[in-house]
Amino acid sequence: MFGPLVAKPGSSKNNQTGSWRMLRKPKFLHKNCIGCGMCKLICPEACIDKKDKNFYEPDYSYCKGCGLCSYICPKKDIIMVEEK
Amino acid sequence: MSNHLKDHLFVSGHTACSGCGQAIAARLVVDSLGKDTIVCNATGCLEVFSSKCPQSSWRIPWIHSLFENAAAVASGIEAALRYLGKEHIEVCAFAGDGGTSDIGLQALSGMLERGHNVLFCCFDNEAYMNTGIQRSGLTPYEASTTTSPAGKIWQGNWRPKKPVVEICAAHFIPYAASASVGFPQDLQRKVKKAASISGPKYIQIHCPCPLGWGFDSSLTLEIAKNAVLSGLYPLVEYEYGKLTKVFKISRKPVIEYIKPQRRFRHLLKDEKVLKELQGVADRNIEYYGLGKEEK
Amino acid sequence: MKKFLEGSHAVAEAVKLCKPGVISAYPITPQTHIVERLAEFVANGEINAQFVNVESEHSAASVVLGAEAAGVRAFTATSSQGLVLMSEVLFNIAGLRLPLVLVCANRALSSPINIWNDHQDAVALRDSGWIQFFVENNQEVHDFIYQAYKLAENPKIMLPVMINMDGYILTHGMEPVDIPSQTEVDKFLPPYNPPYKLDVDNPLSMGLLGDPTVYLETRYAIQKTLEDVLKIIPEVGGEFESVFKRKGIDLVEKYKIDDAEEVIVAMGSVCGTIKDFIDKKRKEGLSLGLLRIITYRPFPKEEIFNSLKDKRNIFVLEKAVSLGNEGPLYTEIKSLFEGETPYVSGFIAGLGGRDITFNTLKKMLEIAKKDKVRSYFLDVNYSLLKEEFFIYE
Repeated sequence: MFGPLVAKPGSSKNNQTGSWRMLRKPKFLHKNCIGCGMCKLICPEACIDKKDKNFYEPDYSYCKGCGLCSYICPKKDIIMVEEK
Repeated sequence: MSNHLKDHLFVSGHTACSGCGQAIAARLVVDSLGKDTIVCNATGCLEVFSSKCPQSSWRIPWIHSLFENAAAVASGIEAALRYLGKEHIEVCAFAGDGGTSDIGLQALSGMLERGHNVLFCCFDNEAYMNTGIQRSGLTPYEASTTTSPAGKIWQGNWRPKKPVVEICAAHFIPYAASASVGFPQDLQRKVKKAASISGPKYIQIHCPCPLGWGFDSSLTLEIAKNAVLSGLYPLVEYEYGKLTKVFKISRKPVIEYIKPQRRFRHLLKDEKVLKELQGVADRNIEYYGLGKEEK
Repeated sequence: MKKFLEGSHAVAEAVKLCKPGVISAYPITPQTHIVERLAEFVANGEINAQFVNVESEHSAASVVLGAEAAGVRAFTATSSQGLVLMSEVLFNIAGLRLPLVLVCANRALSSPINIWNDHQDAVALRDSGWIQFFVENNQEVHDFIYQAYKLAENPKIMLPVMINMDGYILTHGMEPVDIPSQTEVDKFLPPYNPPYKLDVDNPLSMGLLGDPTVYLETRYAIQKTLEDVLKIIPEVGGEFESVFKRKGIDLVEKYKIDDAEEVIVAMGSVCGTIKDFIDKKRKEGLSLGLLRIITYRPFPKEEIFNSLKDKRNIFVLEKAVSLGNEGPLYTEIKSLFEGETPYVSGFIAGLGGRDITFNTLKKMLEIAKKDKVRSYFLDVNYSLLKEEFFIYE
């Protein structure tokens, strides 16, 4: 007989941490993006996807609103806006 | 399924604090190593926020045993893979600063001495964060923690950081280095370099902790950069015991680094105490030769 | 092939034939000869294993934990201080459901430091979820190694096994041991093929955080599995017997019990002495028998109850004590019987390697005749005891 013993790879995807956001969330302006990929590189939630050339988007179902993508963007193309 | 859940080997849905430096570092490490990687994780923040049954953020084989034995379990996995002829798989041991410099030091030293092909990564957030911000051997001088609080008599932690990078280098292992999430590409380079070497490797990664150090989550990367640029967290590389590379800095004053952090707040009220911490940075800069040459 | 071997070498010979992939241990008297012989085998290419010389027992257990988790059969051995030092890891191994086999050369626990035999070390781990056997002689410890792996690696069980052998008495005592051929062992023991392991082609996460919503079930599962183990042990023993033509593992051994009115209950090598004592006493007209407990965990309640329920007197003799209460084996045996008979008395002897002789056993029967005792220490030298602190000269 066995109880819960192992977990499947990446099964944390079932935990939608986007619900943690209280105050703010990132808004990707898609105006000045140079495709450096730094936002995707440093996101602690690993939830920023490259959708197209010079076009990145966060997955709001996981984004915790930390603001690091906005900090790192060299072209100030990501701003933090109020979470409604 | 979203791309981000397939692109990375450490994925969303973990319960780390918003802006956690360790979450960034762990993902950068495993993403740089690729799918032929096995991780043994010590007890700590990273283990707890990534593996709450039945969920796991890890897309590579991963095991958590105890607090102090990550290096020993990793040694066992490496020996098993050697027996199976699967030496191309990179075995890693992940631990926090406590699980490395304090309770984990014996197993780490044993692993280094025996020469296992294991990459040991220390995620240095400078205190026992998972248990509530207690002082560890890697807590910096004058940092306030719950067991080394700044008060009427104490000025925070009264000991310097244990030189674990040097301790590992003193084992004459092929590669021992320090890195920072503030310099993610440098971290990736160091991980890839370690992966290309057969033998024991140690990388200590500075991971600022918004909750434990007391700053807004959007400042993690800036604070990590300032730690390096002030000289308080030198980025160095040792090969076979010899210091071969340092990251040269143009010296930011220590006050720039500590200003946003609640754990150093008491230094802003006491000039003498702040000067002592600046002295630590100055000594590092001299010892490692971190200063950029005057042109 | 019969060889005249000390018990530790009998262990090494069996481990060799099980073809482990990783061996890791830390030296501690009296286990050392086991690991030294294994090192010799590896050095000469007789075992193709990774031999890892660690810096403590805690790390030795951690190394074999990692190896088992990676899907490779592993082995370690220890004693006394080493066993209790690695106890944290041993609980972890049982919880992770990894089928490690460990040989413990039973030795007394410090302080005072004492390198001679008793059972305090193994008994301290009885709550850990490990399967625990106590062997009587070198042939048994040799044979139990094969069966331990077979039992542990059963995909329905996946629990670690501790084989306890008396330090010095068996580890350093020489007896003839019949060693099977590799072909025979391969027929009995298939390669290790776990239902879960660290595999880059099928990545799983092991050693999870189990909060109150899931933790209880993991313990319940081990408990239920250990109940199944009670049924599987005689099966494995039977299979062993059919291949090797010798008695295999079992829950208990009944020695001249059927017609006995009084039965001694004990574990380990002292049973050899007790069997000779019984033969002698029977010639004098005493109706005496021995119930040897072979499987200590899981505790074979039913077997023990059925073997003893119609007896008049039971004498539990053990080399351990739960300080502050009684001998642990006594407490567990006594709890099976509620009525006036059989009357169960408890004796503690042999601690720190003090020999249990015929005189000890004679004394035990005399005391039991006079008093109803629960935790009587035999062979105490009262001249070494004073009410106030003193310096022994």
